[in-house]
Amino acid sequence: MNDILRGLAEAGQLVVTADADLVEITARSLQVSLGATIIASAIGLPFGAWLAVNRFRMRRTVIALLNALMGLPPVVVGLIVYVLFSRSGPLGVFGLLFTPTVMVIAQVIIITPIIASIAHQAIRELWADYHDLLISLNTTRGQRIKALLWDGRRALLTASLAGFGRAIGEVGAIMIVGGNIDHATRVLTTAIALETGKGDFALALALGFVLIALAIAVNLALHMLTRTEKDSRW
Amino acid sequence: MVSTILPLKLENVELRRGGRRILGPISLNLSGQGITIIMGPNGSGKTSLLRAMHGLERVRRGKVSWQSDIQTARAQQAFVFQTPIVMRRRVVDCIAYPLLLTGAARSVARKAAVEQAASVGLLDSVDLPAEVLSGGEKQKMALARALIRRPEVLFLDEPCANLDTKSMAEIEAILTAARDAGTRIVMSTHNVGQARRLADDVLFLWDGYLHEQGTKAQFFTATQTAEAKAHINGDLIP
Repeated sequence: MNDILRGLAEAGQLVVTADADLVEITARSLQVSLGATIIASAIGLPFGAWLAVNRFRMRRTVIALLNALMGLPPVVVGLIVYVLFSRSGPLGVFGLLFTPTVMVIAQVIIITPIIASIAHQAIRELWADYHDLLISLNTTRGQRIKALLWDGRRALLTASLAGFGRAIGEVGAIMIVGGNIDHATRVLTTAIALETGKGDFALALALGFVLIALAIAVNLALHMLTRTEKDSRW
Repeated sequence: MVSTILPLKLENVELRRGGRRILGPISLNLSGQGITIIMGPNGSGKTSLLRAMHGLERVRRGKVSWQSDIQTARAQQAFVFQTPIVMRRRVVDCIAYPLLLTGAARSVARKAAVEQAASVGLLDSVDLPAEVLSGGEKQKMALARALIRRPEVLFLDEPCANLDTKSMAEIEAILTAARDAGTRIVMSTHNVGQARRLADDVLFLWDGYLHEQGTKAQFFTATQTAEAKAHINGDLIP
């Protein structure tokens, strides 16, 4: 209990004094996880919608696979990305290992299935509502997906936020591919792991509280921006 | 308005679902002007016939053909469903949506949508989310959306089911105005009174078959079949 209180106090102190290291790793956390969320949303949301409006032979298999991929172990993803981007790996020439870029790539792989799967669920219900109308209006496939993405945007925000939640709290993959290098690839989660390992529980807890506050702040900011739950049903 | 897509020809169209015949085989020709009313009891195939004509059902047996090619024909029709499909948008954007699909600029489409909303009596509601409209208003919104592309043929599937007489009168006025403007209307209804008011000619379906057809005068004054007579008289058919 003492540790937690000291952690809270230290968190307050770090935030109030705008500790340079804290600001840096918090900014990097945001940069990596928001970047990954934006890229994964750009891939996952249209893919989820596409999956909802199309009927093809392997559809059930693809959906089952997508749902299974939601549980993709970050450590394994990190390992595979590491092997791919290591000097001797097939993508080694890009020299991206131990950079924020490769951390974004690893997180995109982890959260795209989550975003696509939740988007698919939401869009499928909307599509059931809209199906006859959009067919009747002689829409093209692209127009259908566009209408569903736009009208389902509030539900899709939830999908993206779920992805962001996973990304911002993820440590396994970015620890492996980023390497937790000070002033280069250290983010909140890897810093917490490091400080815990060193036995500095107060600092680790302080960083933990900052992380939680950050996640809540991003969620609130997005909800306010998109005015969710404000006007009637959507 | 001279129609470019009519006549619509159905040849031995049959629909099956789960191995069960739900419609047909039906053959009929749709041409000319006015309002065709499809009557018949529940399960007689009214909705299926409308959907088959409009192209919402995959017709595996028989043939549905328009005078024009299928793309032109599809662009010149609209459908109003029994339960209005409400997009999660403002009323004006719901009504403007079909125009946006054909490439109209947003401002042009919105302007046309406001005019269309005014013509169905929804001018005061254009800025509301469509979801908050009442049942009758939703159906009027759906009508405005269907009419905004000025379709040559308009299909309606029991548009006044569950509506009170005031809403029904308003919708009938809109339909009559559309008919007078040259839109060919095909509509199903349970309401014999409404059929009498609107019909130029009648198709009577029974058990998926086209049981009787004729002009309004023929159908209501010289009814041929016992089933149609009972339906018109409101008898309880066993």
